[in-house]
Amino acid sequence: MNAVFGKEAVAKSRRSASFHRWRSRKDHAVRWLIAVGGVGVIIAVVLIFFYLLWVVFPLFLPAGASLGESRSMPGWERSDPVYFSLEEQLEVGLRVTEAGEATFFHIPDGRELVSQRLPLAPGASISAVAKGVQLDGKTAVATNDGEVFVFRHSYETRFSGGVETRKINPELDFPYGRESLLDLDFPAVTGLAFSDGNDAMVLAAVGPGGRVRVKHASKTENLMTGEVTLEEDIHETRVSFNATAVAVSGNQRWLYLSDNQGRVYSFTLPALEARDVVQASDSAITAMTMLLGGISVLAGDADGVVSQLFPVRGEDNRFHLRLIRQFDGSGSPVAHILSEQRRKGFVALDTAQHISVYHSTAGQRVLYEDLGGLQPRKIALAPRSNGLLIEGAGGRLQMMDLDNEHPEVSFSSIWSKVWYENYEEPQYVWQSSASTNEFEPKFSLTPLVFGTIKASVYAMLFAIPLALMGAAYTAYFMSPQLRKWVKPGIEIMAALPTVILGFLAGLWFAPWLEENLASVFMLFLLMPPGLFGFAWGWHKLSLGDRLRIPAGWEPIVLVPALLGLAWLSGGLAEPVQGVFFGGDLREWLSNTAGISYDQRNAMVVGAAMGFAVIPTIFSIAEDAVFGVPKALSNGSLALGATPWQTLVFVVLPTASPGIFSALMIGLGRAVGETMIVLMATGNTPVMDWNLFEGMRTLAANIAVEMPESEVNSSHYRILFLAGLVLFMFTFVVNTAAELIRQRLREKYSSL
Amino acid sequence: MTSFRKKVKVKASHLDSFGYWVKTGAPWVWINAAAVSASVMLVVGLLLLIAVRGMGHFWPSEVVELTYIEDNGQPHVISGKVRDSEEVEAQRLTESGLDVPDNVETFERILFKTANRDVTGQDFRWILSYRIQEQSTPPEMVVLERTEWGDFIGRVEAVEESGKTITTDDAWALFLERLDRADELREEIKELERGEIGAINYQLERLRLDRRELELDGVMDPTAYAGIERQEEELHARYRELEARLGDLYREIRRDAVRMRTSDGEEVQLQLANIVDGWRPNSMNLAQQLGHYVYKAWMFVSDDPREANTEGGIFPAIYGTILMVLLMSVVVAPFGVVAGVYLREYAKQGLLTRTIRIAVNNLAGVPSIVYGVFGLGFFVYTLGGSIDQLFFEAALPSPTFGTGGLFWASLTLALLTLPVVIVSTEEGLSRIPRSIREGSLALGATKWETLWRTIIPMASPGIMTGLILAVARAAGEVAPLMLVGVVKLAPSLPLDGNYPFLHPERKFMHLGFHIYDVGFQSPNVEAARPLVYATALLLVVVIVLLNMLAIHIRNGLREKYKGLES
Repeated sequence: MNAVFGKEAVAKSRRSASFHRWRSRKDHAVRWLIAVGGVGVIIAVVLIFFYLLWVVFPLFLPAGASLGESRSMPGWERSDPVYFSLEEQLEVGLRVTEAGEATFFHIPDGRELVSQRLPLAPGASISAVAKGVQLDGKTAVATNDGEVFVFRHSYETRFSGGVETRKINPELDFPYGRESLLDLDFPAVTGLAFSDGNDAMVLAAVGPGGRVRVKHASKTENLMTGEVTLEEDIHETRVSFNATAVAVSGNQRWLYLSDNQGRVYSFTLPALEARDVVQASDSAITAMTMLLGGISVLAGDADGVVSQLFPVRGEDNRFHLRLIRQFDGSGSPVAHILSEQRRKGFVALDTAQHISVYHSTAGQRVLYEDLGGLQPRKIALAPRSNGLLIEGAGGRLQMMDLDNEHPEVSFSSIWSKVWYENYEEPQYVWQSSASTNEFEPKFSLTPLVFGTIKASVYAMLFAIPLALMGAAYTAYFMSPQLRKWVKPGIEIMAALPTVILGFLAGLWFAPWLEENLASVFMLFLLMPPGLFGFAWGWHKLSLGDRLRIPAGWEPIVLVPALLGLAWLSGGLAEPVQGVFFGGDLREWLSNTAGISYDQRNAMVVGAAMGFAVIPTIFSIAEDAVFGVPKALSNGSLALGATPWQTLVFVVLPTASPGIFSALMIGLGRAVGETMIVLMATGNTPVMDWNLFEGMRTLAANIAVEMPESEVNSSHYRILFLAGLVLFMFTFVVNTAAELIRQRLREKYSSL
Repeated sequence: MTSFRKKVKVKASHLDSFGYWVKTGAPWVWINAAAVSASVMLVVGLLLLIAVRGMGHFWPSEVVELTYIEDNGQPHVISGKVRDSEEVEAQRLTESGLDVPDNVETFERILFKTANRDVTGQDFRWILSYRIQEQSTPPEMVVLERTEWGDFIGRVEAVEESGKTITTDDAWALFLERLDRADELREEIKELERGEIGAINYQLERLRLDRRELELDGVMDPTAYAGIERQEEELHARYRELEARLGDLYREIRRDAVRMRTSDGEEVQLQLANIVDGWRPNSMNLAQQLGHYVYKAWMFVSDDPREANTEGGIFPAIYGTILMVLLMSVVVAPFGVVAGVYLREYAKQGLLTRTIRIAVNNLAGVPSIVYGVFGLGFFVYTLGGSIDQLFFEAALPSPTFGTGGLFWASLTLALLTLPVVIVSTEEGLSRIPRSIREGSLALGATKWETLWRTIIPMASPGIMTGLILAVARAAGEVAPLMLVGVVKLAPSLPLDGNYPFLHPERKFMHLGFHIYDVGFQSPNVEAARPLVYATALLLVVVIVLLNMLAIHIRNGLREKYKGLES
């Protein structure tokens, strides 16, 4: 019997031992699984922050450059290059020599592709070259026997299959024929400028003794045949200074000359009438060129400083040339300035073999490299600004890769006032969309931050009184039965989709407010005295009547009172408007007071977004007030303080950290709210505190522009930056609020 | 003695004075109470506004026929529905160039839905009530709902078959009969186009991708392509067959037409193929009106949108919303719960855990648009782009996962609602008294067994609350979705009968975005407005119900553990 029992027990214990092992293994496995899962989720959440940072980071990386292999080109050391250019894929380059030999060559293997002699007279040589301001491959050439003509180089890309089969065919032609376009009687041309737009073409040449000769040809296009006819005009003048460089604006209306005293002179075209003289620098101007778009002129001086100038509309309503900004120099005279073809950037080469890469809007030098030893004879900038082709001493060809993705972003271009082209003064502007390459993108986040602050301030102005007073009453005075309904009733509104609030604000409230503006202001005016009067009247009622509504149910009595006040202010609005505002407040605002009124304005946003944050603030503040230990208020009441005095001097100070954290969380929600602002304002990025004008916030801006923005462009990354700013702001504010709340909780538990 | 009485009297009157009353702070209490009343009134008012405007949309309101004096002084018979009316000052009317009598200060102006956009060029017009000469509600007025050009209001003249008028005593009854036939045909056409032809197109597209994949792999062997070609051949043959049937159906449905006459006497011929529904609101009794109301409300939630979303139903938007929320729940529920359990039960409770807890809590307050930005950059461009490179090379350059879609939207919203689930899971776990844990462990259960058998079942209402709140938040969120895959009109549903049935890469429609789009981007905002209110109402009802459910569960949970806590 015993044995049998023992046997069974052993078997049982064996089974249970394995069972226990299995249980404990399972326990361990689950422990690991949950730990991995939990930590994984937390890492995923942290990833958001780092991903945003990772996308934003390249904006602030400095530009870089790296030199490629150098190759000796046969025959190059014997000729002098006057023109150098390369094509978009960095495959084909063009070199024009002083003798007029134009050669296309293949950059990776140095082989010659096509060679052609420009139509120079025998024995003549090229004395000056001017790239067209439009940077479209058209180039003007002046010869030492007084002829000027224009050639164009273009590249046709063909695919016979996939991307690998790309073949680039270079071509050289003469859009204005092979004959001389402008005859010069001063063969020693010191400066040449060329601008060829849709309406006109301008060639300007400067010779010794201040001689300036300009050809201006207006274009008229025959609508039927598309044939262009030129109407030519030749003007000549003689200037009293020693002209060192010449440039023509992209719209063919301005001619700029510089002298060796650091001055830039502007002349109107085609009349050649002298307009302004601007002291751009203290030393001689050594090189001048137009920035992309042909509005700004860049003047480099003997100290290596580059100055940007453009015409600005003055008080006399005429355009005057103004010095806009200056870029750091290298100390040596600037030899060449090359404009980028797709951005408002440029590259300056000085006589001491330094190259500097700048961006005009950002106002900064993004790259500074010493080409020491290369002795560049000629450099060319790639159309995408991702490479620089250098011909060095002894005909050596070398490619320099430029890594310069986001030059337009600097601290000042994002946060400070910037003087943009065509603007009368430096301003904060957000205008990112570009219809053409020549557009100067304006990435100032300041108006967006301002709009965000404006929207949240008005929302808080609306929400704070209602939410805090409501919370204090609900937590401290309201009867528990009523509170059971009111609190969740208001809290549930926190879950109301903001798209619905935005839709109602934009399509219902905004037009309604425009109609009833006076009534709303009337209500604000009438509310305090009206409520005071009502309370006094109630106080004067006989005790029996008063007791019909028990303490803590006052809000019920107030509903009809508020409705009555609203009705009264609606009725009073009409006569008051008639007496004080000439019949209509809305009209009076725009016509007499000069305050512009948008239908979708800050007031609408304030009300709608205020409505959205009321439940958040209310709920947290109410919890804080309700959580104040009863012993405190009872003590105060027992000492003879009235309930109101107890609330103000005992309960609220104790709960103040909680109330503060409620406000912070409410603010965080208002700052990041997207749909309401998107739908209830006009989304114009203006900077104005006007209650009746709209704004554009960071969040709404992201929603509007993100889907259209090109991946990894500066615009895309700046939108990410805006997202990161929002993230950081709300995160910091919420963390602060949470820490305060935790402290409060500890304090309560000790009481 | 007398002096004492006097003193008491003075004191009493002092207690009753205005100054003393203000000093006690009683008026401030009233003002605070007014803040509560105002907040509650705002909430109730908002809900009422949405409810009234949203629910009124489906009611068959009566058609009024008026003789109206136009601006040129000529009487003109018009008919339509009264949409809205307002008081306008005479000054504003004269400013806008209207001739109005001098002695009157304000006029009643009525927004009148005349419909017949194809005839008059507009759906709505404002009319001044004093210019109305005669007004009647003729019982024979008909409202037709059409697939294009909006509604039509007029009288039925005759029904035509193949261009010939059918003589009958009761054109209306005949019209209804023929409309039923057209309805059936339309249903059949839709089934054919959406169902079988859609499936064939889908299969052809897949075959094209198969072929491209073979090409990319460098397969030269023609036998590999032969199978694909044979299948394509079969599909094409089947397609031609279906096309012929479709052609027959279209001929059939185009057979009938109805001749209508507008109130100003113009005769218009309308194809029955383009008429969705017709009713005579003025001759309906209450039961018929109710029936019509219910029918229209049902059509609203079950039908496809028409005319750039301004007419028809919102079925695809409801479908997309539900599907996205479901997918999101599938992701967020396990991860959120695991993270919550880890933080509360397994992680060492120290500074680090506290920091993580605060951080997770605060993520709930990060603006939703930031999640959208992250979703677009990370999920769509980075992950999606890589997935396309690896698995969907054949479809490139048109992106498969490298563009916004249902899956990415669900993931983004899962991330957005993760903090909600984590926090409420933790809260649910923390409410369970220590004694229960200790009891279970003392009886020999492992930690996992304690968790699985005791703690989690007890915490499940808390977890449920978190999930419900997450679903409610996701259903109403729009801003991030605008970046990661929501569209105004999706050509096909993300879940359909074509293998593999669920298409997580497809774009989808969403109720919240529908509201934004129709309310703000549609060409005919005035006509679409009631529809937006109806959509908003649906969304609000769903979300409020979900939240009430969550609150109810939470309260029940609190009650349940009240006894244990003490």
